[in-house]
Amino acid sequence: MRHIISILLENEAGALSRVCGLFSARGYNIESLTVAPTEDPSLSRMTIVTTGSDAIIEQITKQLNKLIEVVKVVDLSEAPHIERELMLVKVRAVGKDREEMKRIADIFRGRIIDVTETAYVIELTGNGSKLDAFIEATDRSLILETVRTGVSGIGRGDRILKV
Amino acid sequence: MQLTGAEIVIRCLQEENVDYVFGYPGGSVLYIYDELFKQDKIKHVLVRHEQAAVHAADAYSRSSNKMGVCMVTSGPGVTNAVTGIATAYMDSIPMVVLTGQVPTHYIGEDAFQECDTVGITRPCVKHNFLVKDVRDLAVTLKKAFYLAKTGRPGPVLVDIPKDITTHKCAFEYPKSIEMRSYNPVVKGHPGQIKKAVQLILDAKRPLIYAGGGVILSNSSSGLIKLAHLLGFPVTNTLMGLGGYPSTDGQFLGMLGMHGTYEANMAMQTADLIVAVGARFDDRVIGNQVHFASVPRKIIHIDIDPSSISKRVKVEVPIVGDVGEVLEELCKQLSAHKDKPEPKALAAWWKDIDAWRSKKSLKYKQGKEIIMPQYVVEKLYEITGGDAFITSDVGQHQMWAAQYYKFDKPRRWINSGGLGTMGVGLPYAMGVKLANPKATVACITGEGSIQMNIQELSTAKQFRLPIKIINLNNRYLGMVRQWQEMFHGNRYAESYVDALPDFVKLAEAYGHVGMKIERPADVEPALREAFTKHKNDLVFMDFMTDQTANVYPMVAAGKGLSEMILAEDL
Ligand SMILES: Cc1ncc(C[n+]2csc(CCOP(=O)(O)OP(=O)(O)O)c2C)c(N)n1
Repeated sequence: MRHIISILLENEAGALSRVCGLFSARGYNIESLTVAPTEDPSLSRMTIVTTGSDAIIEQITKQLNKLIEVVKVVDLSEAPHIERELMLVKVRAVGKDREEMKRIADIFRGRIIDVTETAYVIELTGNGSKLDAFIEATDRSLILETVRTGVSGIGRGDRILKV
Repeated sequence: MQLTGAEIVIRCLQEENVDYVFGYPGGSVLYIYDELFKQDKIKHVLVRHEQAAVHAADAYSRSSNKMGVCMVTSGPGVTNAVTGIATAYMDSIPMVVLTGQVPTHYIGEDAFQECDTVGITRPCVKHNFLVKDVRDLAVTLKKAFYLAKTGRPGPVLVDIPKDITTHKCAFEYPKSIEMRSYNPVVKGHPGQIKKAVQLILDAKRPLIYAGGGVILSNSSSGLIKLAHLLGFPVTNTLMGLGGYPSTDGQFLGMLGMHGTYEANMAMQTADLIVAVGARFDDRVIGNQVHFASVPRKIIHIDIDPSSISKRVKVEVPIVGDVGEVLEELCKQLSAHKDKPEPKALAAWWKDIDAWRSKKSLKYKQGKEIIMPQYVVEKLYEITGGDAFITSDVGQHQMWAAQYYKFDKPRRWINSGGLGTMGVGLPYAMGVKLANPKATVACITGEGSIQMNIQELSTAKQFRLPIKIINLNNRYLGMVRQWQEMFHGNRYAESYVDALPDFVKLAEAYGHVGMKIERPADVEPALREAFTKHKNDLVFMDFMTDQTANVYPMVAAGKGLSEMILAEDL
């Protein structure tokens, strides 16, 4: 089963490698990982998407909690939550494809954030499957480059992950 | 007043009441060694290889509950130390490792003797730090000591670049440490303890299964209290030996791969297992699926939540300090109006006695060839069961665990988790320094002892009258045993050819050497070593049976009750 794990950890050099090291050492898989400082610069917030049986997810959360720099761990997928990912796509935009790409971007509520005579950079946010769908809907030969951030997640309503 | 980083390191160690630092100098730690030289509160033990420094510090800690501290230089000093650190980590031993590093402005430039110490050791420490500012040094060291000994203990490493040891700042040693990210649970959850009490009262075939956590948390007395209160049988893991007195009538011996028949049968068929500071590892329960095929209930007490429900499903997890939880359990059970049903318990003990009557540890000592088990039994008798015993890894380790009946905690010092050959002699050094009055013997094999044999030199320098009991079977015995049992007697590289003359070797290092070849000489030789040569290191080279195997044995992948017994052969 796919799980989204949110982690608050000390914003210190090496903390990220401890988390990554834990996953590789114990054979857990990481589908995506995002991390950045929070509004409190001494803390980082990390979102890890992983898969595993209930027993493995239980171990993952326990092992994460055991890391000295980890302050809090929550399995977001246990309750209602929102997940979002950002993708930047550079596409060929010449001739009739220019119009077509603009149209597809609009359908997916993407924004064109860079324009040259031959290319667009389109910015898209959504859950992973929406971004996948965009790629599916686009003629592959037009896609020059893509970059995705991986999933960030947050609980719905009153669920708050804070120190 | 401003102190240099090197002065701060020494001051911190003094504040922590460190008596000994085990180490080996080198370029990056020279300023620290300079400060060591200028004081006489902390003694330094110069080993002959960094691995031994770490093992000695580890055993110092295991045998005394005082913090083991070691110090090595950057690069090769660190890489040599890694085996020792990993060994301590696997057995959750509190220890502080200080490592030198190249100056901060050289880091990342592949400088001479640079290595990524924090990266290399990250998976085998509880935590590690790289100090980048001298003003962080004291706090970091305080944290290192605090982290190492609280919660589930473990080695903590502090990497100190050379320039930091010369930088200056005001020194203040923090009184205490608060870390928002680190708050180990000490008290067991009352609701869980209540549930545990009920399961205990309802049990018909109960077993207390106790591991190294009992020793680490100094809760041997709590364990004895609980066992005596309930009249339940008790088994120990390899790491738990001594946590419950081996000579107590309720003790079933060690369990696991080379556990006694009664301990393994009880573990497999119990309807309630009270697991105390143990982790159901593969050498203990054998095949997980086979183990899980029997219905039973498990109460699991451990300081580390990640040890619970890792390999077996548990009904009642209790996270907390083993000692605190045992006390609370005893309190509630004594106050409870109900007691476990005596009739059921009597029937259970009858089963156990039937298993015991198999005498799964029996062996035959003839007139010609020395049996290794016999040497351990005689050692037990002659030392009155009161020695500190270290061992290496192999058959001799298992025989030591099976035949030396430990009645007290912290007397049995071995590498259970990592299974590191070569620990025996440096362990004995650490034990002797922590317990100067104690009798210390190292049970080893001719393979293992050669992995840190250079420490005979350290033992000479520091006058450590260790007794080395070398069970010399001219084989990497444990490897040979597996090859005999599972690889069609093909003894690939398990014969140790060209062995040194250990007597001469011991003498060359300035010690006493003895070679013992006949069963009749075992006892007199041991007596001589422990009386006449009381104050010498004696290397006792026992020529033992080359074909002896360790039994009972649960083959890898087999179920716990599928034991091979000596009598089956
Ligand atoms: C550092 C290390 N290398 C290899 C092994 C694998 N190993 C386990 S037991 C053993 C043989 C030990 O031989 P010896 O010390 O002579 O003891 P014996 O089994 O004969 O009593 C070996 C090679 C190990 N445990 N540790």
